[in-house]
Amino acid sequence: VRRLLQGVIVLWAAYTLSFFILYLLPGNAAAIAAAGSGDPGSVDPALVAKLRHEYGLDRPLYVQYLVALGNALRLNFGNSVQNGAPATQLVAQALPQTITLALSALPLALVFGVGIAILSNLARWRWLRQALSALPLLGASVPGFWIGLLLLEAFSFNLHWFPSLGVNTPIGLVLPAITLAIPTGAYLAQLLSRSLRLTLAKPYIEQVRAKGASEKRVHLGHALRNALIPSLTLAGVLAGQLLAGTVVTETVFSRVGVGRLAVTAVGARDIPVVQVIVVFAALVFVVVSIIVDLLYPLIDRRIVVGRSALAIA
Amino acid sequence: MSNLIRRTVGPAAVLGIAALLLSACASSPSPTSALPAGSTKNAPVSGGNLTFAIASDIACIDPQQIGNNDDIAIARQTVDSLTVQDPKTGAIKPWLASKYSVNSDATSFTFTLRTGATYSDGEAIDAASVKTNFEAIQALGAKAVLGSTYLAGVTAIDVVSSNVVRIDFSAPSAQFLQATSTFSLGLLSPASAKLTQADRCAGKFSGSGPFVVNSYLPNAQAVLARRTGYNWGPSVNRHTGPAYLNTVTYKVVPESSTLTGSLQSGQIDASADIAITDLPSFDGNGFWEVNRTNPGVAYNLYPNESTPKLADKRVRLAIQDAIDRAQVAKLLTKYDKPATSVLSSSTPYFTKLSSVLKYDPTESKKLLDAAGWKGGADGIRVRGGQRLSFLVTYWQPSNDQLQLVQQELRAVGIDLQLKFTTIAQATVANNGTQDFTWGNLTRADPDVARTVFAVQAPSQNVNHRTASAVDPLLAQQAATAAPAARQKLVTQALTLLLKSGDSIPVYQLSTTIAASNKVHDLGFEASSRLDFYDAWISK
Repeated sequence: VRRLLQGVIVLWAAYTLSFFILYLLPGNAAAIAAAGSGDPGSVDPALVAKLRHEYGLDRPLYVQYLVALGNALRLNFGNSVQNGAPATQLVAQALPQTITLALSALPLALVFGVGIAILSNLARWRWLRQALSALPLLGASVPGFWIGLLLLEAFSFNLHWFPSLGVNTPIGLVLPAITLAIPTGAYLAQLLSRSLRLTLAKPYIEQVRAKGASEKRVHLGHALRNALIPSLTLAGVLAGQLLAGTVVTETVFSRVGVGRLAVTAVGARDIPVVQVIVVFAALVFVVVSIIVDLLYPLIDRRIVVGRSALAIA
Repeated sequence: MSNLIRRTVGPAAVLGIAALLLSACASSPSPTSALPAGSTKNAPVSGGNLTFAIASDIACIDPQQIGNNDDIAIARQTVDSLTVQDPKTGAIKPWLASKYSVNSDATSFTFTLRTGATYSDGEAIDAASVKTNFEAIQALGAKAVLGSTYLAGVTAIDVVSSNVVRIDFSAPSAQFLQATSTFSLGLLSPASAKLTQADRCAGKFSGSGPFVVNSYLPNAQAVLARRTGYNWGPSVNRHTGPAYLNTVTYKVVPESSTLTGSLQSGQIDASADIAITDLPSFDGNGFWEVNRTNPGVAYNLYPNESTPKLADKRVRLAIQDAIDRAQVAKLLTKYDKPATSVLSSSTPYFTKLSSVLKYDPTESKKLLDAAGWKGGADGIRVRGGQRLSFLVTYWQPSNDQLQLVQQELRAVGIDLQLKFTTIAQATVANNGTQDFTWGNLTRADPDVARTVFAVQAPSQNVNHRTASAVDPLLAQQAATAAPAARQKLVTQALTLLLKSGDSIPVYQLSTTIAASNKVHDLGFEASSRLDFYDAWISK
């Protein structure tokens, strides 16, 4: 119950913060809509005033906030100022594509992350261990769009193995999923290999070794389980990383999805749409965190749900 | 190319004469190709599918609501208009209206509709449906960003008979005839007028054009399919029957490297959004390009005359004289041209005003000296301890061009600071206290100059100035239907805008289509919007 209450507070905070941040940003939807018409150039102030009134942007800020919050509680986030469709509907339309992409990238990221973490501790040769432990840093620091463009250049434009544009088929998912998996997997590998190293230095590992267990068994059977906990704690952050990564991936691969929608909506100051996305992202974070809390006891029997915050602190 | 773009006074006169004669005959033959062609002269092949890439999508393809070029490329194909503007001459010709007439002070317009044309839901295109359309646009209000301004001042829409409709204005509105040729006043079926704004945006309307919306997924793709039985194509195109292409698929590709690579590797067939730096690779090598100057107001530095420094005409003119437009245009594609007037060369009623608008740094320095701005320590002129320094905040992709302007101004002792930002922040910065705004406006009618420069509303009054001698001229050209008289007024007004330094034009915006060699006859209509009606694809 307490976790749920915290979750609700997180959602409310996300909603409120995003609302005011969007208002603090210079520019408003009406001016942009008017300027975006035809072309560039200065904007007719009379047209902007008319649009502001139509969008209800000329009311006092606190009135706009309270009305919007009241509606949001009834799951009515208002209509997109760009095309008049309900904001929730726009996000719901884009969501399946983003989930497909994220779920395709997740196993890749896990294999990549966990694999590198274990190998960089387990590999026989020192140079290989060092090379492998440098990979996560590289993967995390190279910009996602550059990886995407590189993959496109090689496998789509030159080799013609994969389509370059948002095709929602398994083959069209390959390159975007890899692009998204690399930074996420690298982040996971960094976390896991560090906590694996720390765990391996613990006295009980020496005892396991003394009992004559193979290195593989030491790693996979004993150390990994304990090393997983810190990584699991950050699963919410990882989920957030995946969502954030879709912004870049969906743009480079011309895919439709929540990330792309967020970019266009922020650009157009389409507050209702941005808010639905922010609240959704916060919801994902809250739900993942609750699931992780419930998972701890399964991995480490010493942890009891309800005191989880204390146990991992 | 150049004879297509370069317009002279003659054809513009034809435009108005056609209007005066009440009925530009529908039989007027157009044996020559009206549109820029692809690479071959073969006979068109019917069938085939074209994939076209656009860079952005505002999640709306309702022709009556939208204003951005990428979505217009989709929407334009789904609606026909009462009239059509000849891309070669700028003349207005019949389309869905077989005849039209304008009264002498341009306050009343009568259209006689052709018979036999239908909306894609089967409804007849009759006078009542025109009234329904225009009333729907008025109801959309400011959401019909362009259409609502074209219909400003309408006092009555009368259905005279089943195929005659008359539109009356409270004040002269010579622009309206050209407006009826635009997609913004394109006709949708009466049932479509009853749809919600969102449903119309989502493409659920039934249009009058050669293509219908098959599917539309915002931000991803739109698929148009040709309408069988369509046989009322405009006289300025190469044919009048159904479109050649079975389908046109528009893919939204926001990342320019992806766009270029996709065209090069054959995953798309054509695009008008290829980055300037990538265009040379599509000139030959299995590709072709076609370019057209956008009609309307050229890219201008609009001085804010309510600021103390720019209130001085000599300073404005000094800036105008210091810009070497020919050099600036060289930074663009090989097709692009320097501005030679307030308006671009593809605008009807355009006249070259190079004698007024010239590059003359010596004169520029003289003007600044006379205005009391003398050389300062860092090369920038000063007066009374104040530096001759200005700021322009802009969001258009004009970085290179403006940087050259910056250097050229520095050479005569003027400091121009550039601030590139988002469209949202630029609209905030340009709130009336700015030194300059940077912009253009596309429209194939000289009235566009009035909507930008005039002091009296409805206008942007970009100069934030008080009324001057140019305002009566701008108002009179809007009220003059006779072409020769209108031409005279337009030229006088534009000359005055240049001589008073209200307009500091730099270069002309243009659009370039890059396409694979299997694509043919994809071209532009008069407003430099894309036209897929004649396009075909070889097997």
